[in-house]
Amino acid sequence: MRRLAGLCLLATIVVVLPILFPDNYYVTVVGVTALLHAILAVSLNLLMGYAGQISLGHAAFFGIGAYTSAILTTRYGWDPWAAIMAGLALTGLVSFLVSRPILRLKGHYLAMATLGLGIIINIILVQGDQLTGGPDGLGGIPTLSLFGWALDTDLRWYWMMGATLLGVVWLALNIIDSRSGRALRALHGSEVAAEMMGINTTAAKTGVFVLAALIASLAGGLFCHQQSFISPDSFNFFFSIELVTMVVLGGMASTYGAVFGALILTLLPELLVVFEDFEVMIFGAILMLMMIFLPQGLFVGLQNLVLRWLNRRRSAAFGAVGE
Amino acid sequence: MFDQILQFVLTGVTVGATYALVALGFSIIYNASDVVNFAQGEFVMMGAMSAIAMSAGDGIPVFLSLPLAVLVTIGVGILLQRFAIAPARGASVVTTIIITIGASIFLRGVALLLWGKSIFAMPHFSGEQPIHIGKATLLPQNLWVMGGAAFLVLGVHWFFNHTTLGKAILACSCNRTAAQLVGINVGMMMLIAYGLSAFLGAMAGILVTPITFTSYDAGVMLGLKGFSAAILGGFGNPMGAVAGGILLGLIESLAAGLISSGYKDAIGFIILLLVLFFRPSGLFGKATSERV
Repeated sequence: MRRLAGLCLLATIVVVLPILFPDNYYVTVVGVTALLHAILAVSLNLLMGYAGQISLGHAAFFGIGAYTSAILTTRYGWDPWAAIMAGLALTGLVSFLVSRPILRLKGHYLAMATLGLGIIINIILVQGDQLTGGPDGLGGIPTLSLFGWALDTDLRWYWMMGATLLGVVWLALNIIDSRSGRALRALHGSEVAAEMMGINTTAAKTGVFVLAALIASLAGGLFCHQQSFISPDSFNFFFSIELVTMVVLGGMASTYGAVFGALILTLLPELLVVFEDFEVMIFGAILMLMMIFLPQGLFVGLQNLVLRWLNRRRSAAFGAVGE
Repeated sequence: MFDQILQFVLTGVTVGATYALVALGFSIIYNASDVVNFAQGEFVMMGAMSAIAMSAGDGIPVFLSLPLAVLVTIGVGILLQRFAIAPARGASVVTTIIITIGASIFLRGVALLLWGKSIFAMPHFSGEQPIHIGKATLLPQNLWVMGGAAFLVLGVHWFFNHTTLGKAILACSCNRTAAQLVGINVGMMMLIAYGLSAFLGAMAGILVTPITFTSYDAGVMLGLKGFSAAILGGFGNPMGAVAGGILLGLIESLAAGLISSGYKDAIGFIILLLVLFFRPSGLFGKATSERV
């Protein structure tokens, strides 16, 4: 029940914002990006936060989804929805093929391998210019239409991304509280112990890796039709790191934390623009300070602070009655 | 053909020597404090950029600016440990990774503010008269890089095996509490380890910049390559890191020359992945087992 309460709150916030501020730049433009980042962060959090498998190459799957859909619609005239499906299929295949050897690795070696995978795929996007347009990118990607509604305004894209985010959050929450979610959390604690309990850890890890990749691919498919122009820079190593930062910043193993982290990391650069030359420096400093003082992440850390404060108030109230 | 390959090998070893120094810095910090320091590449940039800035125009002469730049970078390393890593002691590995990423963005931001986005050059140490070996050529600076790196690596090896201070740092990485119990000042050892790591980064930057030039974001790629090299050699094994660095430099140089320059980084990473698939703890890493 508590699960649904959080989801309802999130849904309310997502729905109310554009109704209150329909023409606000921060809602319809930054908001769409924030929703997209939140989808990606929630998917990465399934892998990192719950299963404990670090990935520094998540942007690669986002890129495969985006580029497959973009290439099929612009060069081969496919219907955008069919193209997104094809992107999902390709991502599923690639992620499944690499998951076995990669997920055998642990800790820093896993981080390195996923980072390498991300960079390799990005280099292919840059170098395969006959197909991908190379570093100059690929333009003229048609927009999506849904039941005869063309998604041709920022506000309509906001609704599309918002609905997708709510769907993905709902999916993530349900998985975490299911049998396979418990298996993931068990193998996060100790893989050997999880195996002793009869969990097929390889299957569990592969499953969550492919699922996270598929969600990222879907986000990529939406992203390319929303932007109508994409270039390899949107899917590089820095973006993978940014996604990891969102997850850790919000608080690992918290789906709402991932959403929160995505929101902060999308808003912060927008707000820091006023500092001009100091922007990069201040961003780095804020990132360091937040992690030093709230190592469990902002969302989880603040949640704990509030709970502790409530507890203290309650015990104080009891104390007063006792006297 | 042979001359060509010799040329690629010479270039590869030069680049590899730089990677090796960065990778060595990664290993030292990892061994001392279990932190993967993603700001390692920024030490390289800081060393080179501050040396150039200090001797620019009517600044101080080069022989003074180089040691000063190294000192500045060591200071940055020590500050990083004291004010960013030490307060977060006990945080999870990923949290400390994000802290060092924050630090690397911060340092890049500082460099951007001070020196802008331009690309800077540095004079060669001893002229630019090429040396011919067969049909392959070599700049005196290449010899400086290789010789300097070899000297530093041997120095670090000697430091950890033959000095009390080096052994004290090793003791901290084996067991912090035990080290403290025998009277080692663990906090001080951490500062020294970060300082040493920053020193190696700055030296790498100063040695290689006459060949490669530098800019505020030059550290990113070097940091990435240094981490790859350290993983390739087996993370936490300092001499493995050095071997990994040279090997990565060679692979990239040969791949660029013989296969395709656009894909050289991709080939480097593909080989790295293949090595990890067959040896999950790197080439010279110890296999670990999980205790339940």
